[in-house]
Amino acid sequence: MSFVRAQRSVLPGFGLSLGFTLTYLSLIVLIPLSAAFIKTAGMSWADFMTAVASPRVMASYRLSFFASLAAGLVNSFFGLIVAWVLVRYSFPGKRVVDALVDLPFALPTAVAGIALTAIYSKNGWVGQYLEPHGIKIAFTEIGVFMALTFIGLPFVVRTLQPVLSELEPEIEEASATLGANRWQTITRVILPELLPPLITGFALSFARALGEYGSVVFISGNMPMRTEITPLLIITKLEQYDYHGATAIAVVMLVASFSMLLVINLLQKWSRRYYQV
Amino acid sequence: MKFKHYILSFLAVAATALAQAKSIELLNVSYDPTRELYVNYNKAFAAHWKTQTGDDVIIKQSHGGSGKQARGVIDGLQADVVTLALAADVDALYANAKLIPQDWQKRLPENSTPYTSTIVFVVRKGNPKGIKDWDDLIKPGVSVITPNPKTSGGARWNYLAAWAYAKHKQGGDEGGKAFVTALYKNVPVLDSGARGSTTTFVQRGIGDVAISWENEAFLVLKEFGADQYEIVVPSLSILAEPPVSIVDKVVKKKGTEAVAKAYLEYLYSDEGQDIAGRNFYRPRNPTIAAKYDNVFPKLELVTIDAEFGGWTKAQKTHFADGGVFDQIYQK
Repeated sequence: MSFVRAQRSVLPGFGLSLGFTLTYLSLIVLIPLSAAFIKTAGMSWADFMTAVASPRVMASYRLSFFASLAAGLVNSFFGLIVAWVLVRYSFPGKRVVDALVDLPFALPTAVAGIALTAIYSKNGWVGQYLEPHGIKIAFTEIGVFMALTFIGLPFVVRTLQPVLSELEPEIEEASATLGANRWQTITRVILPELLPPLITGFALSFARALGEYGSVVFISGNMPMRTEITPLLIITKLEQYDYHGATAIAVVMLVASFSMLLVINLLQKWSRRYYQV
Repeated sequence: MKFKHYILSFLAVAATALAQAKSIELLNVSYDPTRELYVNYNKAFAAHWKTQTGDDVIIKQSHGGSGKQARGVIDGLQADVVTLALAADVDALYANAKLIPQDWQKRLPENSTPYTSTIVFVVRKGNPKGIKDWDDLIKPGVSVITPNPKTSGGARWNYLAAWAYAKHKQGGDEGGKAFVTALYKNVPVLDSGARGSTTTFVQRGIGDVAISWENEAFLVLKEFGADQYEIVVPSLSILAEPPVSIVDKVVKKKGTEAVAKAYLEYLYSDEGQDIAGRNFYRPRNPTIAAKYDNVFPKLELVTIDAEFGGWTKAQKTHFADGGVFDQIYQK
């Protein structure tokens, strides 16, 4: 993350590159997204509210938000451990493990969804042992959470890795020679450095999970009021040729995601300011 | 297979050179389970058209969920003909983009549906839960697989068939609503499409009974073994009419109106009807249908026009947002 500097940059070409950046962003991001806003502008307020605040849609916001949040948090915790192991230790097969982390990036999400469903459904490899104990994963909220965790992991690991490898072991040694115990070294020296990338990783994984469709629809079971995610409701509206209703929900998602990302970015800036040397 | 293609394309090129024939391309936008049907039919029609006019016609197919396909055409997919799962999706071409006239369904015989299908049950071998008719689906402990009617055309037929049954047996629309409410209580998964439901039932082993298109049910038996699944035919079901239409605006622009019309009309010919029958669709022509009497079981079939006042009305009452289907889940 870089911030706009107040003073004039010593590097030439600021105007040109900024102009290019803005044009590119507009073409690729802003224009398609603004279409959603323009489409909803044709709706009356009452129509808009029925489209975006019906009980079924509200239930889907809850599921999408909390499942994504849970997936983001779990990924932050385990992603940190994975990144730590991959950077700090060397062991046979490390490269393979490293490559494995990227798989959720590369795999078509539908494949991931079908694979997860096959494993966790009642006759699947894992599901067959869980179901007799009353634990159902496929076609429940837990299934949604599993799928979102799966697709979000690489975001956390890949954001943390470069920062961790910058963090030299000498810093820990210095901390120890200055009299800190291990706990203090972790909480006062290492974690503050890792907090900003951790927040970024969490934000990326969370945002990705909010918009995820392909992998979730297979494992969620799509039960109204229970396991329908918001992107599915957009598709549902489109199936009924309700273009306006679909874009209305899209706009709500856009605004919500954008404000959350903004808040997270501010939070990250704040965390950096506190610990910056 | 490849080799055959080479020969075919070589022949096509040679034929073009010799006869100076025109080569025409048509795009048929259809729904999911018709893949096999139209592969066979397209070959037959191309041969027929060749002998009639000397022109070569190449027909491309596109398949997907019926609603999604209709939306593609509305958004500009250059389909010469559409062959969709239900009239509501073809109506959408008129309602949303005026691509076809309002009375499109009157242009071809039999409501523009050259073949029909119906809704039946697929159960596991030996029928362990003893499913015989719709009533058995609402018994406690029976798990029913059907897709989400909001996203799947086939699922809407399933829903309406259940409703029609209850309306006849228990009397009135109140009975219908109570019945589908009880029915959907027994549904553990609502897949987004008919193929997805088949997968859930067959591959995931979930559910005691799947409500399915008749042709899809035959396909399950063919693909996954008649030793593992059985078809159960209810006492009453709905006559599913997947309609066809040319897309007027597109064919006028491309100048393919004559061949597109002939393409759909040939579906009603003896050969077209026979191909439909071979692919597990019920032929309209009684003589051809008689050939398949041993394949298609007899049952009482009701029509959507008589029971529900047509697709537009049924869609609005049952499947629109806030409609009966939503009410089932929002209580």
